[in-house]
Amino acid sequence: MGFNQPKLDTSPPVSEEVRQTTCYMCACRCGINVHMKTGSDGKKQVAYIEGNRDHPVNKGVLCAKGSAGIMQHNAPSRLRAPLRRVGPRGSGEFEEITWDEALDMAASWLEPLRKSAPEKLAFFTGRDQSQSFTSFWAQNFGTPNYAAHGGFCSVNMATAGIYTMGGAFWEFGQPDWDHTKLFMLFGVAEDHDSNPIKMGIGRIKARGARVIGVNPIRTGYNAVADDWVGITPGTDGLFILSLVHVLLKAGKIDLDYLSRFTNAPVLVNASEGPEQGLLMRDEAGKELVIDRITGKLAPFDQPGVRPDLHATYRHAGVTHRPVFHLMAERYLSNDYAPENVADQCGISAARIRAIAAEIARVAFDEAFELDQEWTDFRGETHKTMVGRPVSFHSMRGVSAHANGFQTCRALHVLQILLGTVEVPGGFRFKPPYPKPATAHPKPHCGVKPDCALDGPHLGFVHGPDDLALKDDGSPARIDKAFTWENPMSAHGLMHMVISNAHAGDPYKIDTLFMYMANMSWNSSMNTRGVIEMLTDTDEAGEYVIPRIIYSDAYSSEMVAYADLILPDTTYLERHDCISLLDRPICEADAAADAIRWPVVEPDRDVRGFQTALVQLANRLKLPGFTTEDGSAKYQDYADYIVNHERKPGIGPLSGWRGDGSQSGRGAVNPEQLDRYIENGGFHVSHIPDAALYYKPWNTAYQDWAVGMGLYDKPEPYLFQLYVEPMRKFQLAAEGYGERQPPEHLRERLKATMDPLPIWYETDQQGNEGFTVNALTQRPMAMYHSWGSQNAWLRQLHGRNPLYVPTKLMRQNGLQDGDWARVSSPHGEITVPVMEMAALNENTVWTWNAIGKRKGAWALDENAPEATKGFLLNHLIHELLPPKGDGLRWANSDPITGQAAWFDLKVKIEKAAPPDDIAECLPAFEPITSPVGKGVNALQWKVGK
Amino acid sequence: MTTLTKQTDRKMGLVIDLDTCVGCHACVISCKGWNTENYGAPLSDQDPYGADPAGTFLNRVHSYEVTPNEGHAQLVHFPKSCLHCEDAPCVTVCPTGASYKRVEDGIVLVNESDCIGCGLCAWSCPYGARELDLAEGVMKKCTLCVDRIYNENLPEEDRVPACVRTCPAGARHFGDLGDPDSAVSQLVAERGGMDLMPEMGTKPVNKYLPPRPKDRIEDQIDILAPLLAPVAEEPAGFLGWLDKALDKLPGGNS
Repeated sequence: MGFNQPKLDTSPPVSEEVRQTTCYMCACRCGINVHMKTGSDGKKQVAYIEGNRDHPVNKGVLCAKGSAGIMQHNAPSRLRAPLRRVGPRGSGEFEEITWDEALDMAASWLEPLRKSAPEKLAFFTGRDQSQSFTSFWAQNFGTPNYAAHGGFCSVNMATAGIYTMGGAFWEFGQPDWDHTKLFMLFGVAEDHDSNPIKMGIGRIKARGARVIGVNPIRTGYNAVADDWVGITPGTDGLFILSLVHVLLKAGKIDLDYLSRFTNAPVLVNASEGPEQGLLMRDEAGKELVIDRITGKLAPFDQPGVRPDLHATYRHAGVTHRPVFHLMAERYLSNDYAPENVADQCGISAARIRAIAAEIARVAFDEAFELDQEWTDFRGETHKTMVGRPVSFHSMRGVSAHANGFQTCRALHVLQILLGTVEVPGGFRFKPPYPKPATAHPKPHCGVKPDCALDGPHLGFVHGPDDLALKDDGSPARIDKAFTWENPMSAHGLMHMVISNAHAGDPYKIDTLFMYMANMSWNSSMNTRGVIEMLTDTDEAGEYVIPRIIYSDAYSSEMVAYADLILPDTTYLERHDCISLLDRPICEADAAADAIRWPVVEPDRDVRGFQTALVQLANRLKLPGFTTEDGSAKYQDYADYIVNHERKPGIGPLSGWRGDGSQSGRGAVNPEQLDRYIENGGFHVSHIPDAALYYKPWNTAYQDWAVGMGLYDKPEPYLFQLYVEPMRKFQLAAEGYGERQPPEHLRERLKATMDPLPIWYETDQQGNEGFTVNALTQRPMAMYHSWGSQNAWLRQLHGRNPLYVPTKLMRQNGLQDGDWARVSSPHGEITVPVMEMAALNENTVWTWNAIGKRKGAWALDENAPEATKGFLLNHLIHELLPPKGDGLRWANSDPITGQAAWFDLKVKIEKAAPPDDIAECLPAFEPITSPVGKGVNALQWKVGK
Repeated sequence: MTTLTKQTDRKMGLVIDLDTCVGCHACVISCKGWNTENYGAPLSDQDPYGADPAGTFLNRVHSYEVTPNEGHAQLVHFPKSCLHCEDAPCVTVCPTGASYKRVEDGIVLVNESDCIGCGLCAWSCPYGARELDLAEGVMKKCTLCVDRIYNENLPEEDRVPACVRTCPAGARHFGDLGDPDSAVSQLVAERGGMDLMPEMGTKPVNKYLPPRPKDRIEDQIDILAPLLAPVAEEPAGFLGWLDKALDKLPGGNS
């Protein structure tokens, strides 16, 4: 054939309209442009999704999940109408009912509980992005039993950060990508702040900055890191404290920063008795330091005071020393010398020293100043802002261990010793953070029939008096949050709700109400056990957990285990607010919030869950949702978003308040949602230049934050290297105070509630013979269980081998494609294996939540997710193996109750030849799908 | 057989940074979305919810482990799509003239109305960069988003391939590799950009930037060691150092 170049139209119309909203393909909350075209039915349909260039989170980029949103929106697994269970629980047999029937049924179950015993409702939400609303609903219902999924996600990270420095990673803060020269990641879960971290890594690598990845597995961000530290799981805290040891010994710490902005110079009471180890305070309650200028005691915030890190205070025969002395004493100990931790961490001493030296070099030799004057809370004006360009990030990898809280604390202490928090080049908070633990609510559990709860459920305890205990000392909450077993469980313990409810411990409940939480599958430890608990009956043949209401947009594994299903919309069909009252989308330079709005109307009889909750509240006439004349305050969630005021002038959205010109504070503006839509679905309020760094101590920031309604008054505070509330729990364990722990917990409280970071090996009793660490990671292209219903994403990750390091492959005679039996003290699975060399030599891992139950998600029963995909969850129990002491100890962090998923230890052996094995074990019976199965072929094109 | 244009005015193509690609598949799905809705037939999926889902993709990411003789194994993420070769065997092998290389920019395209789905081009491509769409029976391949890069209905900054616009890590770059002064050519020069399988003689336009050397931090320890010299040998000495160091701070006693 000759050369034949056809004429092409290179400027075809792209779409008829672009509607801008917020992604919900993971928790990252990027801005998206949804391109609309008229479909064959004459209605506008979703044709293409791309990132919104103006959006503060993603600035135009979008990950695989985000671009695949169109396949989530059209997924065959979408629920179509409210469902009432007609077969036994777990059968998946339902009948469709109307919304009036569904809401009447729910109200008829809940009304009597509210009138008699509101705690008999347990309301827990999973991957919920509306927690300020769902908690408001639960508070007005009056039950103490509310939390979201943080307890099995990253509560250690969030809580350790807030107690230590008034914020943590991800939503709380971010590296200063513009200036950082050394970025160190610990155990990052790849979906947490996914696009911003990818963008940041790309940017800093482009300018030659160094990235160090600390993770047993070298994938994703760790694959592009300049240096990979394949650490032994669970030893991050020891490694970090060894870095602290080396840096402290070399004097590579920021003494000026420590003396001005932290409690390092605060004196610790050394007198024996009920105040030993507490911080010394003046009569006004202000922490006391020695002023280096006068040599006298002074409150830390007195104008002109120079807190002394060195001086001690002698009084009545007792020498009281500053926190910094205690730190030097502890961390200069040779216990933390690199040579003494190398074997345990799986990192050579030379490498630990090299990393410490590189941190020191960048923090101090590459320090710089921004020409920006600012004034601190003592009234002192600084001509410049000093930058230390070392930054850190971490998420679930270090968090989901039973030593995770102290490990997260250790990481923050390292950051603070270097003076890299809230300085140029370091780690920066995002509004509404910084916000110290003392500015958060305390937990509330005051229940009265027919009344709202006495305050917010979740919060921060500052001592034993704040625990959620009944008068008899028993737990007030079904999940036993804020008890001696896990005093600082700031996010609750969702992973304990079903087992506690089933056991009637601490009490029985009537109705379990859950949202977006796949508890009968990948969101529970001990999956089979949870299924049994959900279906178990008592002697009278009644279900042990009498009623279960569940809301989900999709036919997940959990649907079959509910009695009543409230079908949610997809994320393109709903209103939402990503609120400053909750988990906003702020940047370090700006406060920002966002909305979702129905860019398409649902074509099914479904309602946004939050709207269903408003309508249920109206049927129950909950206070907070009802005016004085008894009428409903809100018709639906959009109405609530615009018209609700948490405090006068402060509502869920901060933008375009009042007459449309006010940000942060201002009267209700009925046109607020229209303004958001016109602006691309989000609102940004920039922080003034003089307020951009040193936020916890910077008067310009504090004043700006008050104006925005983030604080009611300026609240400068010191970073808490020494967390005094932890010492209060130790004192109780030592016998001081009215509220005393049970005997069996005294020693553990003394050991673990150390006010300075420690590292301890997690409980290995019962693990004899199980020596291999087993982990999961989430692929960047999938989020929890949602990906499997997505026709495009499931072609990327449709099955999940167990990745096994070379050494263990050889030891066990395994080859790619073989099957292995993997067992833990709790259970056994049989799964396909694949060799991976870039992996800690004693760690196996797999992708999270790929494995599916047959019949779920509108997939064929032979879908690879159901035959070659598997969960590690079957190997993990919510309790530790019995120790023979008659007690069962939770598989959780003893401080926060965080589920210790990553403490799992297994053994691995070759199973039968591949030809003899058809699918992964354990195999579960298929569940009946309430939505049928998806189509056999897709040619998705909206426009013609 | 089809005649290949001897020379093109420009050589538009991609430069892909293997040092930065985190293997997230954003480019894969963005490509799938744009090209399902735009140029030619939609990219279909067979058995999308079944036992063996298989669809048409114009861009896929592969991951390879590299184990050096010394040091830790590494993982390299490797996105791959049509490389818009100067000597494109997929064009010359086409029996109908459906495959062609554009004179103005060097983009290799398939004119779907002339494509008979014989698959010869896919067989001849050493990179495996073409995929036959099973629903439509035509050959699909990367168009370099020819319907975006000149599209006057898009804002100017968006006139880049969908994969480039979406890449979160900024690992994908687009431009004229025939112009030595273009940003992409300079990037290739600076970073030692490479052809994929040059021995095949296809002269690919797309270039790959190799990963930088890794795991070198211990090599620097001789330079770094002085930074870690202890301020005192004994813990008691540390407090003495502290006292003196505090005096040296701004506003201190010396």
